[in-house]
Amino acid sequence: MNNLHPLGKLLTCVLYIFLVASIDKYDIIPLILMSVYLVFAFLIGELSLKEGLYRMRLILPLVLFVGIFNPFFDKDIVLYVGNIGISGGVMSMITLFIKGLYSVLSAYILIATTSIDDICYALRVVKVPKIIVIVIMLIYRYFDVMALEAHRIMTAYSLRAPSQKGIHYKAWGALVGQWLLRSMDRAEMVYESMLLRGFNGEFSFKKKALKLQDFIYPIAWACIFVIIKLRIIM
Amino acid sequence: MHMADALVVPAVAGTMYILSTATAGLSVKKVREENDPKKIPVMGVMGAFVFATQMLNFTIPGTGSSGHLCGGMMLSAMLGPYAGFLTMIGVLLVQCLLFADGGLMALGCNVWNMAFYGCFVGALLIWRPIMKKGATRGKIIAASIIGCVLTLQMGALSVSLETLISGITELPFSVFVATMQPIHLAIGFVEGLITAAVLVFVNEARPELLWGVGEGSTSEGKLGFKPTIAVLAVAAAICGGIVSLFASAFPDGLEWSMEKVAGTAELEAAGGAYDAASGIQEATSLLPDYAFKGSESALGTSFSGIVGALVVVLVTVGACYAFRFFRKKSESANVA
Repeated sequence: MNNLHPLGKLLTCVLYIFLVASIDKYDIIPLILMSVYLVFAFLIGELSLKEGLYRMRLILPLVLFVGIFNPFFDKDIVLYVGNIGISGGVMSMITLFIKGLYSVLSAYILIATTSIDDICYALRVVKVPKIIVIVIMLIYRYFDVMALEAHRIMTAYSLRAPSQKGIHYKAWGALVGQWLLRSMDRAEMVYESMLLRGFNGEFSFKKKALKLQDFIYPIAWACIFVIIKLRIIM
Repeated sequence: MHMADALVVPAVAGTMYILSTATAGLSVKKVREENDPKKIPVMGVMGAFVFATQMLNFTIPGTGSSGHLCGGMMLSAMLGPYAGFLTMIGVLLVQCLLFADGGLMALGCNVWNMAFYGCFVGALLIWRPIMKKGATRGKIIAASIIGCVLTLQMGALSVSLETLISGITELPFSVFVATMQPIHLAIGFVEGLITAAVLVFVNEARPELLWGVGEGSTSEGKLGFKPTIAVLAVAAAICGGIVSLFASAFPDGLEWSMEKVAGTAELEAAGGAYDAASGIQEATSLLPDYAFKGSESALGTSFSGIVGALVVVLVTVGACYAFRFFRKKSESANVA
Protein backbone atom coordinates (compact mmCIF):
# COMPACT_ATOMS: atom_id res chain seq x y z
CA MET A 1 0.00 0.00 0.00
CA ASN A 2 2.89 2.35 0.68
CA ASN A 3 3.86 2.23 -2.98
CA LEU A 4 0.53 3.40 -4.32
CA HIS A 5 0.30 6.91 -5.74
CA PRO A 6 -0.42 9.34 -2.89
CA LEU A 7 -3.16 11.13 -4.81
CA GLY A 8 -5.22 7.95 -5.09
CA LYS A 9 -4.90 7.31 -1.38
CA LEU A 10 -5.75 10.91 -0.50
CA LEU A 11 -8.85 10.91 -2.72
CA THR A 12 -10.01 7.54 -1.42
CA CYS A 13 -9.64 8.74 2.14
CA VAL A 14 -11.51 12.00 1.55
CA LEU A 15 -14.32 10.28 -0.36
CA TYR A 16 -14.63 7.67 2.37
CA ILE A 17 -14.96 10.28 5.11
CA PHE A 18 -17.53 12.27 3.13
CA LEU A 19 -19.66 9.21 2.43
CA VAL A 20 -19.44 7.88 5.98
CA ALA A 21 -20.47 11.27 7.34
CA SER A 22 -23.39 11.50 4.94
CA ILE A 23 -24.98 8.24 6.08
CA ASP A 24 -28.24 8.84 7.91
CA LYS A 25 -28.07 8.83 11.68
CA TYR A 26 -30.35 5.81 12.05
CA ASP A 27 -28.84 3.89 9.16
CA ILE A 28 -26.48 1.44 10.78
CA ILE A 29 -26.27 -1.22 8.06
CA PRO A 30 -24.27 0.75 5.45
CA LEU A 31 -22.15 2.03 8.30
CA ILE A 32 -21.22 -1.51 9.30
CA LEU A 33 -20.49 -2.39 5.68
CA MET A 34 -18.28 0.69 5.30
CA SER A 35 -15.82 -0.88 7.75
CA VAL A 36 -14.58 -3.19 4.97
CA TYR A 37 -12.23 -0.40 3.83
CA LEU A 38 -10.72 -0.06 7.29
CA VAL A 39 -10.47 -3.83 7.70
CA PHE A 40 -8.76 -4.13 4.35
CA ALA A 41 -6.29 -1.32 4.96
CA PHE A 42 -5.42 -2.33 8.51
CA LEU A 43 -4.90 -6.00 7.61
CA ILE A 44 -3.23 -5.60 4.23
CA GLY A 45 -1.23 -2.55 5.27
CA GLU A 46 -0.37 -4.32 8.55
CA LEU A 47 -1.13 -1.25 10.64
CA SER A 48 -1.47 -1.13 14.39
CA LEU A 49 -5.09 -0.91 15.47
CA LYS A 50 -3.99 0.10 18.94
CA GLU A 51 -2.26 3.20 17.63
CA GLY A 52 -5.25 4.04 15.46
CA LEU A 53 -7.61 3.81 18.42
CA TYR A 54 -5.24 5.83 20.57
CA ARG A 55 -5.69 8.71 18.16
CA MET A 56 -9.35 8.86 19.10
CA ARG A 57 -8.49 10.50 22.42
CA LEU A 58 -8.40 14.06 21.06
CA ILE A 59 -11.80 14.13 19.41
CA LEU A 60 -13.49 11.82 21.91
CA PRO A 61 -14.56 14.44 24.48
CA LEU A 62 -16.50 16.61 22.01
CA VAL A 63 -18.06 13.64 20.20
CA LEU A 64 -19.07 12.12 23.54
CA PHE A 65 -20.56 15.38 24.72
CA VAL A 66 -22.54 15.84 21.54
CA GLY A 67 -23.78 12.27 21.33
CA ILE A 68 -24.31 11.18 24.89
CA PHE A 69 -27.53 13.13 25.39
CA ASN A 70 -29.25 11.81 22.26
CA PRO A 71 -30.87 8.83 24.08
CA PHE A 72 -32.59 11.24 26.47
CA PHE A 73 -34.18 13.36 23.78
CA ASP A 74 -35.05 10.92 21.02
CA LYS A 75 -37.03 8.07 22.51
CA ASP A 76 -38.92 6.67 19.52
CA ILE A 77 -38.21 3.01 18.99
CA VAL A 78 -36.59 2.40 15.60
CA LEU A 79 -35.40 -1.18 15.84
CA TYR A 80 -36.32 -4.35 17.69
CA VAL A 81 -33.67 -6.92 18.59
CA GLY A 82 -35.80 -9.80 19.79
CA ASN A 83 -38.12 -8.13 22.23
CA ILE A 84 -35.82 -5.28 23.18
CA GLY A 85 -36.58 -2.02 21.45
CA ILE A 86 -33.73 0.30 20.54
CA SER A 87 -34.62 3.98 20.54
CA GLY A 88 -33.64 6.47 17.85
CA GLY A 89 -31.44 8.31 20.34
CA VAL A 90 -29.40 5.23 21.18
CA MET A 91 -29.10 4.43 17.50
CA SER A 92 -27.95 7.92 16.54
CA MET A 93 -25.47 7.92 19.43
CA ILE A 94 -24.00 4.63 18.23
CA THR A 95 -23.77 5.76 14.61
CA LEU A 96 -22.14 9.03 15.71
CA PHE A 97 -19.45 7.17 17.65
CA ILE A 98 -18.90 4.79 14.74
CA LYS A 99 -18.58 7.72 12.33
CA GLY A 100 -16.04 9.36 14.62
CA LEU A 101 -14.07 6.15 14.83
CA TYR A 102 -14.15 5.55 11.07
CA SER A 103 -13.02 9.03 10.13
CA VAL A 104 -10.12 8.94 12.59
CA LEU A 105 -9.03 5.48 11.47
CA SER A 106 -9.21 6.34 7.78
CA ALA A 107 -7.07 9.45 8.30
CA TYR A 108 -4.66 7.24 10.22
CA ILE A 109 -4.52 4.83 7.28
CA LEU A 110 -3.61 7.73 5.01
CA ILE A 111 -0.81 9.09 7.16
CA ALA A 112 0.54 5.68 8.12
CA THR A 113 0.98 4.65 4.50
CA THR A 114 1.91 8.04 3.03
CA SER A 115 4.63 10.46 4.11
CA ILE A 116 3.97 14.17 4.59
CA ASP A 117 6.11 14.90 1.55
CA ASP A 118 4.00 12.55 -0.56
CA ILE A 119 0.78 14.13 0.68
CA CYS A 120 2.20 17.56 -0.16
CA TYR A 121 3.06 16.23 -3.61
CA ALA A 122 -0.54 15.03 -4.01
CA LEU A 123 -1.79 18.46 -2.91
CA ARG A 124 0.41 20.09 -5.55
CA VAL A 125 -0.98 17.72 -8.18
CA VAL A 126 -4.50 18.95 -7.38
CA LYS A 127 -3.20 22.54 -7.65
CA VAL A 128 -3.22 23.60 -4.02
CA PRO A 129 -1.26 26.91 -4.03
CA LYS A 130 2.48 26.55 -3.64
CA ILE A 131 2.67 28.82 -0.62
CA ILE A 132 0.30 26.64 1.41
CA VAL A 133 2.20 23.48 0.53
CA ILE A 134 5.55 25.10 1.38
CA VAL A 135 4.20 26.22 4.73
CA ILE A 136 2.95 22.72 5.51
CA MET A 137 6.35 21.25 4.65
CA LEU A 138 8.15 23.90 6.69
CA ILE A 139 5.90 23.44 9.73
CA TYR A 140 6.69 19.75 9.64
CA ARG A 141 10.42 20.36 9.29
CA TYR A 142 10.60 23.05 11.95
CA PHE A 143 9.25 20.75 14.66
CA ASP A 144 12.76 19.43 15.12
CA VAL A 145 14.27 22.89 15.06
CA MET A 146 11.88 24.05 17.76
CA ALA A 147 12.31 20.92 19.86
CA LEU A 148 16.08 21.38 19.74
CA GLU A 149 15.86 25.02 20.78
CA ALA A 150 13.41 24.14 23.58
CA HIS A 151 15.82 21.53 24.82
CA ARG A 152 18.70 24.03 24.87
CA ILE A 153 16.68 26.65 26.71
CA MET A 154 15.45 24.15 29.28
CA THR A 155 18.98 22.90 29.90
CA ALA A 156 20.25 26.44 30.33
CA TYR A 157 17.39 27.30 32.68
CA SER A 158 17.80 24.24 34.85
CA LEU A 159 21.56 24.83 35.08
CA ARG A 160 20.93 28.35 36.35
CA ALA A 161 18.16 27.33 38.74
CA PRO A 162 19.50 24.09 40.14
CA SER A 163 17.10 23.24 42.96
CA GLN A 164 13.99 24.76 41.48
CA LYS A 165 11.02 22.67 40.51
CA GLY A 166 9.50 23.66 37.19
CA ILE A 167 9.75 27.14 35.76
CA HIS A 168 8.91 30.24 37.76
CA TYR A 169 5.80 31.86 36.33
CA LYS A 170 7.58 35.20 35.98
CA ALA A 171 9.90 33.64 33.42
CA TRP A 172 7.15 32.07 31.31
CA GLY A 173 6.64 34.92 28.87
CA ALA A 174 10.32 35.65 28.44
CA LEU A 175 11.19 32.01 28.08
CA VAL A 176 8.55 31.27 25.49
CA GLY A 177 9.31 34.52 23.66
CA GLN A 178 13.01 33.71 23.68
CA TRP A 179 12.24 30.25 22.38
CA LEU A 180 10.23 31.72 19.54
CA LEU A 181 12.88 34.29 18.55
CA ARG A 182 15.71 31.77 18.66
CA SER A 183 13.72 29.29 16.60
CA MET A 184 12.97 32.04 14.09
CA ASP A 185 16.62 32.87 13.64
CA ARG A 186 17.45 29.23 13.27
CA ALA A 187 14.53 28.68 10.88
CA GLU A 188 15.67 31.57 8.73
CA MET A 189 19.11 30.05 8.41
CA VAL A 190 17.63 26.66 7.55
CA TYR A 191 15.40 28.24 4.93
CA GLU A 192 18.24 30.27 3.44
CA SER A 193 20.37 27.19 3.07
CA MET A 194 17.42 25.40 1.49
CA LEU A 195 17.14 28.24 -1.03
CA LEU A 196 20.87 28.15 -1.72
CA ARG A 197 20.56 24.50 -2.58
CA GLY A 198 17.91 25.29 -5.16
CA PHE A 199 14.66 24.84 -3.21
CA ASN A 200 11.77 26.74 -4.77
CA GLY A 201 8.81 24.86 -3.42
CA GLU A 202 8.38 22.73 -6.51
CA PHE A 203 8.82 19.01 -6.51
CA SER A 204 11.60 18.76 -9.00
CA PHE A 205 12.51 15.21 -8.04
CA LYS A 206 11.22 12.03 -9.67
CA LYS A 207 7.83 12.31 -11.25
CA LYS A 208 5.98 9.36 -9.88
CA ALA A 209 5.22 6.96 -12.71
CA LEU A 210 1.59 5.92 -12.71
CA LYS A 211 0.98 2.21 -12.61
CA LEU A 212 -2.20 0.30 -13.27
CA GLN A 213 -2.86 -0.32 -9.61
CA ASP A 214 -2.70 3.43 -8.90
CA PHE A 215 -5.90 3.77 -10.93
CA ILE A 216 -7.54 0.54 -9.82
CA TYR A 217 -7.18 1.24 -6.10
CA PRO A 218 -9.18 4.50 -5.88
CA ILE A 219 -11.69 3.55 -8.57
CA ALA A 220 -12.46 0.16 -7.02
CA TRP A 221 -12.94 1.68 -3.60
CA ALA A 222 -15.07 4.48 -4.98
CA CYS A 223 -17.35 1.89 -6.59
CA ILE A 224 -17.59 -0.14 -3.38
CA PHE A 225 -18.34 2.96 -1.29
CA VAL A 226 -21.06 4.14 -3.65
CA ILE A 227 -22.63 0.66 -3.76
CA ILE A 228 -22.74 0.56 0.03
CA LYS A 229 -23.93 4.14 0.40
CA LEU A 230 -26.78 3.83 -2.07
CA ARG A 231 -27.69 0.45 -0.60
CA ILE A 232 -27.60 -1.26 -3.97
CA ILE A 233 -26.91 -4.40 -2.01
CA MET A 234 -28.68 -5.03 1.29
CA MET B 1 -12.53 23.77 19.39
CA HIS B 2 -11.43 21.30 16.73
CA MET B 3 -14.51 19.76 15.17
CA ALA B 4 -14.37 16.11 14.25
CA ASP B 5 -15.58 14.72 10.93
CA ALA B 6 -18.43 12.95 12.67
CA LEU B 7 -19.89 16.22 13.94
CA VAL B 8 -20.72 17.74 10.57
CA VAL B 9 -22.69 16.58 7.58
CA PRO B 10 -21.16 16.94 4.09
CA ALA B 11 -23.43 19.84 3.14
CA VAL B 12 -22.23 21.97 6.05
CA ALA B 13 -18.63 20.81 5.60
CA GLY B 14 -18.81 21.64 1.89
CA THR B 15 -20.19 25.11 2.50
CA MET B 16 -17.48 25.86 5.02
CA TYR B 17 -14.86 24.49 2.61
CA ILE B 18 -16.06 26.92 -0.04
CA LEU B 19 -15.93 29.87 2.37
CA SER B 20 -12.50 28.89 3.66
CA THR B 21 -11.15 28.24 0.18
CA ALA B 22 -12.34 31.64 -1.00
CA THR B 23 -10.62 33.32 1.93
CA ALA B 24 -7.51 31.25 1.31
CA GLY B 25 -7.55 32.33 -2.34
CA LEU B 26 -7.66 35.98 -1.31
CA SER B 27 -4.86 35.38 1.20
CA VAL B 28 -2.65 33.63 -1.35
CA LYS B 29 -3.12 36.57 -3.72
CA LYS B 30 -2.27 39.10 -1.02
CA VAL B 31 0.79 37.20 0.18
CA ARG B 32 2.01 36.94 -3.42
CA GLU B 33 1.52 40.66 -3.87
CA GLU B 34 3.50 41.38 -0.71
CA ASN B 35 6.25 39.14 -2.14
CA ASP B 36 8.35 39.11 1.01
CA PRO B 37 10.60 36.04 0.91
CA LYS B 38 11.60 36.64 4.53
CA LYS B 39 8.07 35.91 5.56
CA ILE B 40 8.03 32.29 4.44
CA PRO B 41 10.36 30.87 7.12
CA VAL B 42 8.58 32.99 9.72
CA MET B 43 5.30 31.46 8.60
CA GLY B 44 6.77 28.01 8.95
CA VAL B 45 8.21 28.58 12.37
CA MET B 46 5.10 30.38 13.64
CA GLY B 47 3.08 27.43 12.38
CA ALA B 48 5.24 24.99 14.28
CA PHE B 49 5.01 27.26 17.33
CA VAL B 50 1.21 27.51 17.21
CA PHE B 51 1.08 23.77 16.61
CA ALA B 52 3.08 23.21 19.77
CA THR B 53 0.92 25.57 21.81
CA GLN B 54 -2.24 23.89 20.55
CA MET B 55 -0.91 20.60 21.82
CA LEU B 56 -0.59 21.96 25.36
CA ASN B 57 -3.77 21.45 27.32
CA PHE B 58 -4.43 23.46 30.44
CA THR B 59 -7.20 22.75 32.90
CA ILE B 60 -9.89 25.34 33.29
CA PRO B 61 -10.36 25.95 36.99
CA GLY B 62 -13.70 24.98 38.44
CA THR B 63 -15.05 23.12 35.42
CA GLY B 64 -13.09 19.91 35.28
CA SER B 65 -12.67 20.59 31.61
CA SER B 66 -9.53 21.46 29.73
CA GLY B 67 -8.75 23.63 26.79
CA HIS B 68 -5.86 24.43 24.53
CA LEU B 69 -4.62 27.58 22.91
CA CYS B 70 -5.85 28.47 19.48
CA GLY B 71 -3.09 30.82 18.42
CA GLY B 72 -5.00 32.94 15.92
CA MET B 73 -4.19 36.23 17.63
CA MET B 74 -0.53 35.29 17.93
CA LEU B 75 -0.36 34.64 14.17
CA SER B 76 -2.19 37.90 13.48
CA ALA B 77 0.25 39.93 15.52
CA MET B 78 3.33 38.35 13.98
CA LEU B 79 2.27 37.78 10.38
CA GLY B 80 -0.84 39.81 9.67
CA PRO B 81 -4.17 38.42 8.50
CA TYR B 82 -3.27 36.88 5.15
CA ALA B 83 -0.06 35.05 5.96
CA GLY B 84 -1.52 34.18 9.36
CA PHE B 85 -4.56 32.60 7.76
CA LEU B 86 -2.45 30.47 5.42
CA THR B 87 -0.21 29.39 8.27
CA MET B 88 -3.21 28.29 10.30
CA ILE B 89 -4.44 26.17 7.38
CA GLY B 90 -1.08 24.41 7.38
CA VAL B 91 -1.23 23.88 11.13
CA LEU B 92 -4.75 22.44 11.01
CA LEU B 93 -3.96 20.14 8.10
CA VAL B 94 -0.84 18.74 9.74
CA GLN B 95 -2.80 18.37 12.97
CA CYS B 96 -5.64 16.38 11.50
CA LEU B 97 -3.25 14.13 9.62
CA LEU B 98 -0.69 13.53 12.33
CA PHE B 99 -2.72 13.76 15.49
CA ALA B 100 -6.30 13.13 14.40
CA ASP B 101 -7.27 16.45 15.96
CA GLY B 102 -10.03 17.76 13.76
CA GLY B 103 -10.63 15.92 10.51
CA LEU B 104 -10.12 16.10 6.77
CA MET B 105 -13.77 16.77 6.07
CA ALA B 106 -14.24 19.17 8.96
CA LEU B 107 -11.09 21.05 7.89
CA GLY B 108 -13.12 23.75 6.17
CA CYS B 109 -15.11 24.32 9.35
CA ASN B 110 -12.03 24.33 11.54
CA VAL B 111 -10.19 26.74 9.28
CA TRP B 112 -13.14 29.07 9.41
CA ASN B 113 -13.75 28.77 13.16
CA MET B 114 -10.16 29.28 14.17
CA ALA B 115 -8.28 30.96 11.35
CA PHE B 116 -10.86 33.33 9.91
CA TYR B 117 -11.94 34.87 13.19
CA GLY B 118 -8.50 34.72 14.75
CA CYS B 119 -6.64 36.17 11.79
CA PHE B 120 -9.05 38.43 9.93
CA VAL B 121 -11.25 39.73 12.72
CA GLY B 122 -8.36 39.59 15.17
CA ALA B 123 -5.81 41.32 12.96
CA LEU B 124 -7.86 43.84 11.03
CA LEU B 125 -10.55 44.81 13.48
CA ILE B 126 -8.75 44.48 16.81
CA TRP B 127 -4.97 44.38 16.53
CA ARG B 128 -4.44 47.04 13.90
CA PRO B 129 -6.78 49.71 15.24
CA ILE B 130 -5.28 49.35 18.72
CA MET B 131 -1.68 49.41 17.44
CA LYS B 132 -2.27 52.30 15.05
CA LYS B 133 -0.19 54.75 17.03
CA GLY B 134 2.53 52.39 18.10
CA ALA B 135 2.67 49.53 20.55
CA THR B 136 3.00 49.78 24.29
CA ARG B 137 2.96 47.06 26.90
CA GLY B 138 -0.56 47.96 28.00
CA LYS B 139 -1.91 48.10 24.47
CA ILE B 140 -0.44 44.70 23.60
CA ILE B 141 -1.95 43.11 26.70
CA ALA B 142 -5.33 44.73 25.99
CA ALA B 143 -5.33 43.75 22.31
CA SER B 144 -4.29 40.17 23.11
CA ILE B 145 -6.95 39.60 25.72
CA ILE B 146 -9.76 41.35 23.84
CA GLY B 147 -8.74 39.64 20.61
CA CYS B 148 -8.48 36.15 22.05
CA VAL B 149 -11.71 36.37 24.02
CA LEU B 150 -13.72 37.82 21.12
CA THR B 151 -12.37 35.59 18.37
CA LEU B 152 -12.76 32.47 20.48
CA GLN B 153 -16.33 33.41 21.31
CA MET B 154 -17.07 33.76 17.60
CA GLY B 155 -15.35 30.45 16.89
CA ALA B 156 -17.26 28.64 19.63
CA LEU B 157 -20.55 30.04 18.38
CA SER B 158 -19.67 28.82 14.90
CA VAL B 159 -18.98 25.33 16.26
CA SER B 160 -22.39 25.29 17.92
CA LEU B 161 -24.11 26.55 14.79
CA GLU B 162 -22.37 24.08 12.49
CA THR B 163 -23.24 21.18 14.78
CA LEU B 164 -26.79 22.40 15.05
CA ILE B 165 -27.29 22.80 11.31
CA SER B 166 -25.77 19.36 10.78
CA GLY B 167 -28.49 17.94 13.02
CA ILE B 168 -26.00 15.69 14.78
CA THR B 169 -27.04 16.35 18.34
CA GLU B 170 -30.48 16.17 19.88
CA LEU B 171 -29.21 18.56 22.53
CA PRO B 172 -31.19 21.81 22.49
CA PHE B 173 -29.22 24.64 20.90
CA SER B 174 -29.52 26.80 24.02
CA VAL B 175 -27.90 24.12 26.19
CA PHE B 176 -25.11 23.58 23.70
CA VAL B 177 -24.37 27.29 23.43
CA ALA B 178 -24.61 27.74 27.18
CA THR B 179 -21.89 25.12 27.57
CA MET B 180 -19.61 26.17 24.74
CA GLN B 181 -19.48 29.93 25.28
CA PRO B 182 -18.50 30.20 28.98
CA ILE B 183 -15.81 27.52 28.62
CA HIS B 184 -14.31 29.37 25.68
CA LEU B 185 -14.53 32.61 27.61
CA ALA B 186 -12.18 31.08 30.16
CA ILE B 187 -9.94 29.59 27.48
CA GLY B 188 -9.86 32.92 25.64
CA PHE B 189 -8.81 34.77 28.76
CA VAL B 190 -5.94 32.36 29.52
CA GLU B 191 -4.92 32.39 25.87
CA GLY B 192 -4.98 36.19 25.92
CA LEU B 193 -2.63 36.27 28.90
CA ILE B 194 -0.17 33.83 27.34
CA THR B 195 -0.31 35.58 23.96
CA ALA B 196 0.27 38.91 25.69
CA ALA B 197 3.28 37.58 27.58
CA VAL B 198 4.91 36.34 24.38
CA LEU B 199 4.08 39.45 22.36
CA VAL B 200 5.26 41.85 25.06
CA PHE B 201 8.57 40.04 25.06
CA VAL B 202 8.82 40.14 21.28
CA ASN B 203 7.98 43.86 21.35
CA GLU B 204 10.80 44.51 23.80
CA ALA B 205 13.35 42.33 22.04
CA ARG B 206 12.48 42.77 18.36
CA PRO B 207 9.69 45.27 17.86
CA GLU B 208 10.13 45.15 14.08
CA LEU B 209 8.72 41.61 14.02
CA LEU B 210 5.26 42.70 15.09
CA TRP B 211 2.79 43.26 12.28
CA GLY B 212 0.82 46.44 11.66
CA VAL B 213 2.30 48.53 14.46
CA GLY B 214 2.31 52.29 13.90
CA GLU B 215 0.90 51.96 10.42
CA GLY B 216 -1.67 54.65 11.07
CA SER B 217 0.86 57.39 11.69
CA THR B 218 3.30 56.63 8.87
CA SER B 219 1.34 55.40 5.91
CA GLU B 220 -2.36 55.79 6.31
CA GLY B 221 -4.28 53.33 4.23
CA LYS B 222 -1.33 51.38 2.89
CA LEU B 223 -3.09 48.09 3.40
CA GLY B 224 -5.90 50.32 4.16
CA PHE B 225 -9.48 50.71 3.68
CA LYS B 226 -10.44 47.95 1.27
CA PRO B 227 -9.54 44.89 3.35
CA THR B 228 -11.28 46.37 6.34
CA ILE B 229 -14.40 46.95 4.32
CA ALA B 230 -14.14 43.44 2.87
CA VAL B 231 -13.86 41.94 6.33
CA LEU B 232 -16.73 44.03 7.60
CA ALA B 233 -18.82 42.88 4.65
CA VAL B 234 -18.03 39.23 5.34
CA ALA B 235 -18.73 39.73 9.04
CA ALA B 236 -22.03 41.32 8.12
CA ALA B 237 -22.82 38.38 5.86
CA ILE B 238 -22.13 35.99 8.72
CA CYS B 239 -24.26 38.00 11.11
CA GLY B 240 -26.93 37.95 8.44
CA GLY B 241 -26.54 34.20 8.23
CA ILE B 242 -26.94 33.85 11.97
CA VAL B 243 -29.97 36.10 11.96
CA SER B 244 -31.49 34.16 9.10
CA LEU B 245 -30.88 31.02 11.09
CA PHE B 246 -32.98 32.41 13.88
CA ALA B 247 -35.40 33.58 11.28
CA SER B 248 -35.63 30.02 10.02
CA ALA B 249 -36.78 29.10 13.50
CA PHE B 250 -39.91 31.14 12.90
CA PRO B 251 -41.64 28.42 10.91
CA ASP B 252 -41.38 26.38 14.09
CA GLY B 253 -43.13 29.15 15.90
CA LEU B 254 -45.58 29.27 13.04
CA GLU B 255 -46.17 25.55 13.21
CA TRP B 256 -46.60 25.89 16.93
CA SER B 257 -49.21 28.54 16.53
CA MET B 258 -50.86 26.59 13.73
CA GLU B 259 -51.08 23.63 16.01
CA LYS B 260 -52.83 25.84 18.52
CA VAL B 261 -55.17 27.20 15.92
CA ALA B 262 -55.82 24.34 13.52
CA GLY B 263 -54.95 21.39 15.67
CA THR B 264 -52.33 20.17 13.20
CA ALA B 265 -48.88 21.38 12.30
CA GLU B 266 -49.12 20.36 8.69
CA LEU B 267 -51.61 21.51 6.18
CA GLU B 268 -52.87 19.01 3.67
CA ALA B 269 -51.64 20.13 0.30
CA ALA B 270 -53.86 19.20 -2.56
CA GLY B 271 -54.85 20.34 -6.01
CA GLY B 272 -53.50 20.10 -9.52
CA ALA B 273 -50.51 22.39 -9.07
CA TYR B 274 -49.30 20.53 -6.03
CA ASP B 275 -49.64 17.13 -7.71
CA ALA B 276 -47.85 18.35 -10.82
CA ALA B 277 -45.02 19.80 -8.74
CA SER B 278 -44.57 16.63 -6.76
CA GLY B 279 -44.68 14.67 -9.99
CA ILE B 280 -41.82 16.75 -11.42
CA GLN B 281 -39.93 16.43 -8.18
CA GLU B 282 -40.22 12.67 -8.25
CA ALA B 283 -39.22 12.49 -11.87
CA THR B 284 -36.17 14.71 -11.47
CA SER B 285 -34.81 13.39 -8.20
CA LEU B 286 -31.86 11.10 -8.63
CA LEU B 287 -32.45 7.52 -7.61
CA PRO B 288 -35.50 8.37 -5.55
CA ASP B 289 -35.77 4.93 -4.05
CA TYR B 290 -32.21 4.85 -2.86
CA ALA B 291 -31.79 8.46 -1.93
CA PHE B 292 -34.82 8.52 0.27
CA LYS B 293 -34.34 5.08 1.65
CA GLY B 294 -31.76 6.31 4.11
CA SER B 295 -33.93 8.98 5.61
CA GLU B 296 -36.75 6.67 6.43
CA SER B 297 -34.52 3.73 7.11
CA ALA B 298 -35.13 3.95 10.82
CA LEU B 299 -38.08 1.76 10.16
CA GLY B 300 -36.37 -0.14 7.38
CA THR B 301 -33.47 -1.16 9.56
CA SER B 302 -33.97 -4.70 10.60
CA PHE B 303 -32.00 -6.91 12.86
CA SER B 304 -31.41 -9.42 10.08
CA GLY B 305 -29.97 -6.61 7.94
CA ILE B 306 -27.45 -5.78 10.64
CA VAL B 307 -26.46 -9.42 10.97
CA GLY B 308 -26.04 -9.63 7.21
CA ALA B 309 -23.78 -6.57 7.22
CA LEU B 310 -21.66 -8.04 9.99
CA VAL B 311 -21.26 -11.25 7.98
CA VAL B 312 -19.95 -9.24 5.02
CA VAL B 313 -17.38 -7.58 7.27
CA LEU B 314 -16.31 -10.93 8.69
CA VAL B 315 -15.86 -12.37 5.21
CA THR B 316 -13.64 -9.39 4.36
CA VAL B 317 -11.55 -10.01 7.46
CA GLY B 318 -11.15 -13.65 6.43
CA ALA B 319 -10.22 -12.74 2.86
CA CYS B 320 -7.62 -10.22 4.03
CA TYR B 321 -6.04 -12.72 6.39
CA ALA B 322 -5.93 -15.27 3.61
CA PHE B 323 -4.26 -12.70 1.32
CA ARG B 324 -1.68 -11.92 3.97
CA PHE B 325 -1.03 -15.60 4.56
CA PHE B 326 -0.37 -16.28 0.89
CA ARG B 327 1.71 -13.14 0.45
CA LYS B 328 3.97 -14.13 3.32
CA LYS B 329 4.24 -17.62 1.92
CA SER B 330 5.28 -16.38 -1.50
CA GLU B 331 7.73 -13.92 0.08
CA SER B 332 9.39 -16.66 2.08
CA ALA B 333 9.47 -18.83 -1.03
CA ASN B 334 11.22 -16.01 -2.87
CA VAL B 335 13.79 -15.66 -0.11
CA ALA B 336 14.45 -19.38 -0.12
